[in-house]
This record gives sequence, C-alpha cells and structure tokens, in this order.
Amino acid sequence: MARYSLASVLANAIGGNKGWTRAWRDAEPKPEYDVVIVGGGGHGLATAYYLAKEHGITNVAVLEKGWLGGGNTGRNTTIIRSNYMIDGNTDFYEFSLKLWEGLSHDFNFNAMVSQRGQINLLHSPAQWDAAARRANIMRLSGIDAELIDREEVRRHLPYLDFSETARFPVHGAICQWRAGTVRHDAVAWGYARGASARGVDIVQNCEVTGFSREGDRIVGVETTRGAIRAKKVGLAVAGHSGVLAQKVGLKLPLESHLLQAFVSEPIKPLVDHVVTFGMGHFYISQSDKGGLVFGGDLDGYNSYAQRGNLPVVRDVATCGKTLMPCLSRIRLLRHWAGVMDMTMDGSPIIDRTPVPGLYLDGGWCYGGFKATPASGWCFAWTIARDEPHELNAKLRFDRFRRGVQIDEKGAGPTPGWH
Amino acid sequence: MRIDCPCCGPRDHDEFAYGGDASRTMPDIADTGMERWFDHVFLRDNPRGPHKEFWHHAHGCRQWLVVERDTVTHEIARVALARGEVSR
Repeated sequence: MARYSLASVLANAIGGNKGWTRAWRDAEPKPEYDVVIVGGGGHGLATAYYLAKEHGITNVAVLEKGWLGGGNTGRNTTIIRSNYMIDGNTDFYEFSLKLWEGLSHDFNFNAMVSQRGQINLLHSPAQWDAAARRANIMRLSGIDAELIDREEVRRHLPYLDFSETARFPVHGAICQWRAGTVRHDAVAWGYARGASARGVDIVQNCEVTGFSREGDRIVGVETTRGAIRAKKVGLAVAGHSGVLAQKVGLKLPLESHLLQAFVSEPIKPLVDHVVTFGMGHFYISQSDKGGLVFGGDLDGYNSYAQRGNLPVVRDVATCGKTLMPCLSRIRLLRHWAGVMDMTMDGSPIIDRTPVPGLYLDGGWCYGGFKATPASGWCFAWTIARDEPHELNAKLRFDRFRRGVQIDEKGAGPTPGWH
Repeated sequence: MRIDCPCCGPRDHDEFAYGGDASRTMPDIADTGMERWFDHVFLRDNPRGPHKEFWHHAHGCRQWLVVERDTVTHEIARVALARGEVSR
C-alpha cells in the first residue's frame, strides 16, 4: 500500500489524481483466523491495527455487519479529552489522548486531530471548588488542566449569555487545552488502512449470528457469510454487546440506551473550542464544514432503535439557547441517535470474559470515541497476552462482583444516570 | 412515545420516569447470598425486542406502571398498574 506523503500528493496532482488506489482491501472471509474481532468500528479496527503492529499477530479478521465505521464511530460528536478523576480512568484516558496526538503520523492518514481546547463552564462557587479538586487530581497525574474566571471565559467565549438576566450566570470554567475534536470517519479509515496493510482482513456485510464452541471454549463464529474458526474472538460492538453476549449465555452489567446528537446548518466560525454547559447536559463544537455539532442527555430508557424521542430534542435545544442565546434561530440539519452500552458504573470493560476464548471490549457508555486508540491498544494487549495491561487493569469484567466499581459520577448502579 | 396510563389515558412519555427492567425479582431482604444480590443489582438481560419495564407517572397520577415495550420499535404492547399488575 502506497505511503501518503507530500511527494505522493504532488505526483498524483500532476497525473490528474488518477493514480490513487483503495486505502484498504475489502476482503473475503477465510475459513480460519488466529483472532476474529467482531465489530468494524473504531475500537475493533484499532484493536486489529495494534494486534498487528504491536504484537505481530496479523492472521486477524475484523467482521462488520454493515459498512466500516457505520455504527457509533459515525454517530458521535467527535470530542477527545482526558479530564477524568477516578483511578482506573485517569491514566487510561490520558494514554488515549497521547495516542491521538501522534495518531496521524502513526498510521499515515490525516485524522484531522484538532486540539482546540475544551472549556467546561462552572456556574457557582461550589462547582468551582469541585472543579479545582478535579484539576488538581488531573495535574498530579501529569494532565493539563486550568481554572479560568468569568472574565477570562468572556474573553474566550464572548457569545455566551453574560447579561444581568442570565438564568445560570457563568462563574468560571475548567479547561483542558489539549482536548479537542477529531474527524471520526478518518479514524476508522486510518486504522482500517493500517491494519489492512499489515495483512488483517476487513470483512464487511458479515453479521455474527452465533458462536461455535468446543466444550466451554469458543472456537469460532457463525456469520451471515459462513462459519469462521478462530482461536480467540474479541467483541467490540458498542451498544450491541448485550445481544452478542446473550448468544453465549453471558449476562452483562449493562443496559443499551440512546444518545442523540445534532448538527446545525453550516455557519461562519463561531465556536472555536469544545464548550460544555455546567447546569445541564449540553456540549457543543463546530465542525470544519461550519455545522454546530452538539448533544445532551440520554433518552433514558432501554432501546436499540438508533433514533430518539422529542423530549430530549427540546431539552437539548433549551440548554443550548440558555447558554448561547444567539442559537435561537439556527436550524437543525441532521439529528440521529446511537445505541450506547451503559454500564452499572459508567466505566468500560476491557477484559477476558468467563467464557474461554472470548474477550470483551464494551460498556463504553457515551464516552467511547475519545477512548478509541487506548481501547484498541489495551484490547490488543489483553487478547495477545491473555492478561490486561496495567492501563486496563481496573477496567475488569468482574469488578461489579468484587465491589470495585469505577463510578466517576457517583450515580450508583442505574445505567441511565451515568 | 406515548404511554397509555390506566388512570390518566395516553400521555407523553416525558411525564413518566423510567424505572428499568421489571422482570427481575428482588431477593428476600434477609437473603445473604452474594450471587443472588449481585445478579439482582448489576446484571440485566437487556433484550433487543420485547422488554418488561417500570415507569412512574411522576407528572400525573404518580402510580408505578409495568409497561411491555419493544426496544427496537418502541411499540408498547401492554400497560398495567405495577401494584397487583392489573391489566387495562
């Protein structure tokens, strides 16, 4: 596979751009692999990429039931950050952010990583104190965090409601300047290209319908394109973790919920950062095409529908307009929902499962996108070495049974509240 | 999504608070079996399809309901008062 470079861009420009070839092979499934990864989204493709790159395991297939990156990889709000506070999450997400920082060079594909900074607004002295604690923990872990006061926020975000009548006056903000956004499709394509070049088969339109077992052990998968044997099977299927686990009789500590996201009509540059509201669940950034990309809360009930209901649309619009009155007449261009596997503590699972030969990378709640590189890196390690890396040593399958949840929000075992 | 409340008639689901999977039964409070409590507190069937679930009509009659709803189509097959499960 040709390496992309300035020379290749110039050479192809001279040749009328007729020399470009496919970025990755659309493979036919072989009857047997060392490792089969179920799910061709960011996490699954990253896993295959790091299996090949870091562990030399290249006899790998990634099975995708639809098209590459057509699930939650294409349904998120593209935000990356590492402002986590609980042991088990903090270092993991920081590792992820560090991988993002070098990703485009690493897989030789422009992922358009834009570290435009995230500004989390604070609206009361109490929120300021809580944010100071978070910032201190982050800085002690070597992660950048800064508290800025109201005037500083105003300098960065003059379009917020700073009037006397603001319903929730801005008190300050906690910022992570290394946070930002990434072009989500390019993440899937870049990992697919890197994995494919190293010999990984990426098989689309191949839905896993069941598992082949010998005794307890998983020895392969049954798919809509025939049976495929594998020494190890890894699940990276986001909101459908529960559906596949059910096929091997595993009950998971999670529920599938809907998260909606929205894109407005394109406008001139307005929002230069990722901005989050502190008094409601609302976060916003602006895409390179000019559309405002924003989202809010979960719909709040179990669902696999990939479409949400109107109360959340109203709630998100209300939050947005409360924060930024200038949004009041902007029109929505697109709106969708993704299916999230919400765990009982709001944190993910990257681990072996009690079923021999089966590995799980799931429970990403609505924070999966930012974790993509670290998730794939740690899952590849766990599959290759049959034990978790130090970075995912706390993101274990059995942590609920052992009573060591990683509950960042302190919401308790109700998935829809995280 | 509208829920046909046995007391109030069809109302927008926004008036209701979701109470989760209604097919589970809580272990006896004197039960000290860790596995049974672990299963009850943390594990869910999480089906893709028909799902029996609790909804509380918080902004209405304040009754707890048991609703049978499809998690793919959001179609509601049955609504009953949770108390005694009286079908409407």
